[in-house]
Amino acid sequence: MPSLPPIRPEDEARAHQARGQGAFDAPAADEPDLSLFEYALRLGDDSLILGQRLGEWTGHAPSVEVDLSLANMALDLVGQATHFLGYAGKIEGRGRDGDKLAFHRDVLDFRNCLLVEQPNGDFAQTMARQFLFSTWQKMLFDRLTASADEFIASVAAKAVKEVTYHQELSAEWVIRLGDGTEESRRRMQDGLEWNWRFVPELFEMDELASEAASRGVGADVSAFRPDYERIVADVVAEATLDLPPQQRAVVGGRRGHHSEHLGHLLCAMQFLPRTYPDATW
Amino acid sequence: MKDWPLWEVFVRSRGGLSHRHVGSVHAPDAGIAVRHARDTYTRRMEGVSLWVVPSASITASDPSDDAAMFDPAEDKVYRHASFYNIPDHIKHI
Repeated sequence: MPSLPPIRPEDEARAHQARGQGAFDAPAADEPDLSLFEYALRLGDDSLILGQRLGEWTGHAPSVEVDLSLANMALDLVGQATHFLGYAGKIEGRGRDGDKLAFHRDVLDFRNCLLVEQPNGDFAQTMARQFLFSTWQKMLFDRLTASADEFIASVAAKAVKEVTYHQELSAEWVIRLGDGTEESRRRMQDGLEWNWRFVPELFEMDELASEAASRGVGADVSAFRPDYERIVADVVAEATLDLPPQQRAVVGGRRGHHSEHLGHLLCAMQFLPRTYPDATW
Repeated sequence: MKDWPLWEVFVRSRGGLSHRHVGSVHAPDAGIAVRHARDTYTRRMEGVSLWVVPSASITASDPSDDAAMFDPAEDKVYRHASFYNIPDHIKHI
């Protein structure tokens, strides 16, 4: 027979301390800052998912040097995710640390943009995605170094150096493959076109992003969109490629509406900690 | 990638020290060679500066010529500056 959960001594103690007149049910003054939690999740999930994607190349890259480049970028991104998700867990205050958030959340709870979860495709498609994302992430972190949130500002200050390198390296590959052989050019053009529809989401300013920006914690990403578009156009021109035609934008990642690809990625990423919860290094 | 040329990599580990040869990388051009050298040889804080040189630009001595090239130096110990009495007040030598 179903029954009510038992009343534990700590519940009783909390009820005794509560103020009268229904204040027991009112939100406490020290309620966690859930919009900051959500904002940190977005930053952490972007880095985590792209780091995992790049990690999939390990052992499969076109050459051992490129293998190392991709793995180095992956590790930079996973490092950023560790900081942001650890911070998110602290703000939430429900005992979830970075690992718990990374490995024990289901797909609908992820807050990354759709671009980072897109499949690697070939090397050109991977580099096109990296270039479109890192150019944006660099501009974002540049601004976040001035965040009113000290922790976010300090992580951004460290990460912006990493991301500057990702941006430069991926831009160089876009240029070389675009302005390369007939085949590399076709592949890079296809890679840009595959990823193009996920770019508008990067500049979405929904309620949460606007609130974070107005508090000085987050950045107004729409403000640097013209600069972003200019940099992308310059690199695409130097690569002798064509800017892809306007496509219908696909959005929803920030609200947990993901493409089918993310579930498959999480299967691989979360399998071990979920199957062997006690596993340690 | 098979047609990428080979580049020799030199790393300066600290300011004031000279660049030292550490290995080689394959890369399509000099710009990417520097990136590959960075990602391959300085990921554990090994350096503060990098040089890459096309391996094809290096002219090496001929190993079959070793005897004529290097053996004659063997009995010229007087070429070491170790036969002088250094006055006590000269410190850094």
